[in-house]
Amino acid sequence: MAETREFQVFRGDRSGGKMETYPVEVTPGMVVLDAMHRIQATAAPDMAVRWNCKAAKCGSCSAEVNGKPKLMCKTRLDALPADRPVEVRPLRTFPLIRDLVTDVSWNYEVNKKIPPFTPKPGAVWRWKQEDVDRVQEFRKCIECFLCQTVCHVLRDHQKQPVFNGPRFFVRLASLEMHPMDGLDRLEQIKEKSGLGYCNITKCCTEVCPEDIRITDNAIIPLKERVVDRFYDPIRVLFRKIFGSASLTKPE
Amino acid sequence: MWWLEPLAVALGLSAFGIYSFWAALQGDHYAWGPYLSPFYSPELFGNSSHALFGPPPSWWPAAFSMFGVELHIPFSPAFLILWAPLGFRGTCYYYRKAYYRSFFQNPTACAVGKPWKSYCGETAFPLILQNIHRYFLYVAIVFIAFLTYDGLKAFTREGPKDYVAGLGSVVLLLNAFFLAMYTFGCHSLRHLVGGHLDSFSDSASSCTRHKIWSGVTCLNERHMMWAWISLFWVGFSDVYVRLVSMGRIADLRIF
Repeated sequence: MAETREFQVFRGDRSGGKMETYPVEVTPGMVVLDAMHRIQATAAPDMAVRWNCKAAKCGSCSAEVNGKPKLMCKTRLDALPADRPVEVRPLRTFPLIRDLVTDVSWNYEVNKKIPPFTPKPGAVWRWKQEDVDRVQEFRKCIECFLCQTVCHVLRDHQKQPVFNGPRFFVRLASLEMHPMDGLDRLEQIKEKSGLGYCNITKCCTEVCPEDIRITDNAIIPLKERVVDRFYDPIRVLFRKIFGSASLTKPE
Repeated sequence: MWWLEPLAVALGLSAFGIYSFWAALQGDHYAWGPYLSPFYSPELFGNSSHALFGPPPSWWPAAFSMFGVELHIPFSPAFLILWAPLGFRGTCYYYRKAYYRSFFQNPTACAVGKPWKSYCGETAFPLILQNIHRYFLYVAIVFIAFLTYDGLKAFTREGPKDYVAGLGSVVLLLNAFFLAMYTFGCHSLRHLVGGHLDSFSDSASSCTRHKIWSGVTCLNERHMMWAWISLFWVGFSDVYVRLVSMGRIADLRIF
């Protein structure tokens, strides 16, 4: 006989809403997204859920499961405590559209402000594996925005106007560390992306479904490059004496 | 159970902080024969045979005046050096995460609400000073050299030419090893040895740097583990040397 579990799902829109309880018949191997689909099929056909690939590659089905930002398609029911209902809420950081669907378009606006990859003049288009490895990790990002929603700078302090968030530090790192990229991005990273607001508490790394070491491999290396340019007194002095090309990326 | 980890970190750091403050205040029982407590190493001035520059300095004030209250703090060699490991750990990227979560509740845990409304991160004083971490790293590397010397010297318990391994010798050598694992996995070091390069393959030196960077990265991936092991062991080393020095336990001869 199939087991039945209770799901409490947020239903509502910007004007308000509440948690609705749905009993769902569950089978071995089910994930939270399967349960949402079963609710749609049996009890609430009008429930809004964004999803696409069901393979943890499109980044569409982000939600907060039992209070933690997760991909619903990657969250197995047998990994959640069986003694209490499974709570499913929309991402808290972004404006709600309806039910489990939020408006994440702010992220795309931030993305537009980052100057695209700009090759160095006369760059030799030949890579070695050790150069590929470092920036390859950042290409794994599926833009699920779980890191954005869990980041307390955006979630609790609404610093969206001055802080780009972890997803875009990953993008900035992929460009800043790119061997072929010729743009000097440190001024933008320090002044416009709001890197200094990050206090490296690593929540972004904890929730990343692609296991990108966001803090260690993107944010902290960027912070160190900013220190090189703006905060290291010896380097600043050295540059003043010997010129700007001595200790920085060529501009 | 989201509160369990920040609580454990707060208790661990508090216990270490209280003990190390107490141990630094003692100014006594920090050395026994060739053993020197890591809280007191390098001993710049002091009464033990390890002191590099002789006895306690005459310029140490008899009393400190603070808010109209006179504090009589006897000289302890630890006061002259503990700022360095404190600064290194205090500005360390791992410990920043640990104490921002556990003490400042900024945030206490992921996706958990916080009691503070205003926030400026590390953009303003005093937290903007975290950016000087690499300077503490430079000092920490010098300290590793001293502690390694202490660890090796600890094998000369029965004279400079008689190599004897006491339990304390192993404790002090392990202390230097654990601290080196923590220090050489530092995020700033990772940047300085090669992380700042955009290409690891465009010259012979950048290939060498890539190898060093990969080694530091390997340690960096376990930076938290080494941070805790080395923190515990440095405290344990002090306890061991203190107890041997006070005659409460006898140093076990291994070979």
